[in-house]
Amino acid sequence: MFYLTMFFQYISQYAKTRLQYRADLFVEFLSDLMSQAINLVFILVVFGHTKLLGGWSRDEIIFIYGFFLVPYAVFSAFFNIWNFNERYIVKGELDRILTRPIHSLFQIILEQIELESLLGAVTGITVMVYAGSRLGLEVTWYDPFLFFIFVIGGALVYGGIFVMLACISFWADARTSIMPMMYNISNYGRYPVNIYNKLIRFVLTWILPFAFVGVYPASFFLGKTEWYWYAFLTPLIGVVFFSLSIVLWNHGIKKYRGAGN
Amino acid sequence: MKLDKYIEMIRIRFLMMLAYRTNYYTGILIYSINIGAYYFLWTAIYAGKEEIQGLSVSQMTAYVAISWMARAFYFNNLDREMAMEIMEGKVAVELIRPYNYLGMKTMEGLGEGIFRLFLFSLPGLVIVYLIFPIHFTWDLSVWGLFALSILLSFFINTELNLLTGITTFFLYNNAGLIRAKRVIIDLFSGLLLPISFFPGWVQSIMKFLPFQGISYVPSMIFTKGFSHQEAWAAIGQQFIWVVILILPIQLLWYIAKKQLIIQGG
Repeated sequence: MFYLTMFFQYISQYAKTRLQYRADLFVEFLSDLMSQAINLVFILVVFGHTKLLGGWSRDEIIFIYGFFLVPYAVFSAFFNIWNFNERYIVKGELDRILTRPIHSLFQIILEQIELESLLGAVTGITVMVYAGSRLGLEVTWYDPFLFFIFVIGGALVYGGIFVMLACISFWADARTSIMPMMYNISNYGRYPVNIYNKLIRFVLTWILPFAFVGVYPASFFLGKTEWYWYAFLTPLIGVVFFSLSIVLWNHGIKKYRGAGN
Repeated sequence: MKLDKYIEMIRIRFLMMLAYRTNYYTGILIYSINIGAYYFLWTAIYAGKEEIQGLSVSQMTAYVAISWMARAFYFNNLDREMAMEIMEGKVAVELIRPYNYLGMKTMEGLGEGIFRLFLFSLPGLVIVYLIFPIHFTWDLSVWGLFALSILLSFFINTELNLLTGITTFFLYNNAGLIRAKRVIIDLFSGLLLPISFFPGWVQSIMKFLPFQGISYVPSMIFTKGFSHQEAWAAIGQQFIWVVILILPIQLLWYIAKKQLIIQGG
């Protein structure tokens, strides 16, 4: 309950600070939309030169991308920890966090919240509806519930991986470029995993399970029965990876010594 | 203008990067995975086709590999660094120092680029070459043209970064713009896919923009997608853009200094 009130306190503070720089907020919306559009452009241009991609049609790939945008939006809104190393470790703001009686990760997530990213979910659903209607997909009563569960699962997969990456800073306090690069890798979950070779497929499924953010859960809605098993694993993988990341975090916090003054 | 202090800046940045070199070992691995994923994506796209837009699948994979490795050289975060310095008011101190702030930033970027070229791109390229069936050319003249071309890529990209960085003076907080610029460059520079894959009307617009000088030109030179004449023409265009972009930078910089407000300074 205390955590819930803190959550809303932070959000109202956040809204105030964001509305201070309205022009930038607007540009940020635009830049988000643009980066989503650019990925669509990539798909469209590629399908200008081919009919099928590993047996998947253009609209199916677009649908997967639309799905991917939704958990990704949730992730970017709540796990905006790109600059964890610089802001909290190198500049020592973690010391301030640790003096307060709320779980440190929770505080950092709240401080770094970026609610405007949720707009990406709207884009994603729009893209899904567009592609879905072209494919003639039917919506059943349980689809929205599964969609919700898959989205949360996917966001937790993302969150888990990036929290673990942030944890690296507890042991090595040098600036790390892993996070932005990991972002590149995360994009491969957007494409059907059957186009990759066994090793990459294995990595995308079990080590850095980005396939659970895009192609696996989306294939359920596309009626690809051969991937159903993976689709239903999505929430489980999400919970497992996120729990692991919290364990790692708690362990790392104990190691943390501060970065001098 | 005395050059030695600028060259010293390249050296300092290089050494600074060297101090944090452990990050780059993991970075090479991740870039390789990245290139690998694109390799599979493109193989699936070609799916038996001999060539698309004049590029064979092996040229395409070489294109992907070299464009990512070249990116390590020309890429830098000068826009973000400038935005931070401007927002935190540090730029005031920078401005009273006896050097040209923008020139100094460029040199820092160059130091970073040279570091990544030798400790990241070169070993990365060797690894990628061993893992994936990529054919590189051993024609030295191609390598020479490529080297010249990525140097110009660096200047075009850095100039765009400086331009974005300067806008912080007018927008105060320009994280959104910085992100937008990066996304645009990824697509329209030819990093994600060659410009020749775009529909004709997009290509004709791209001709009038500086972006393809960042990634498309050097990568096409390297994969021999360009003939020698085409390569020289493209390098000429890159050079013209390097010169043209100086104008808006100097203009905005001049205006910015006039109306400078140091936030919280």
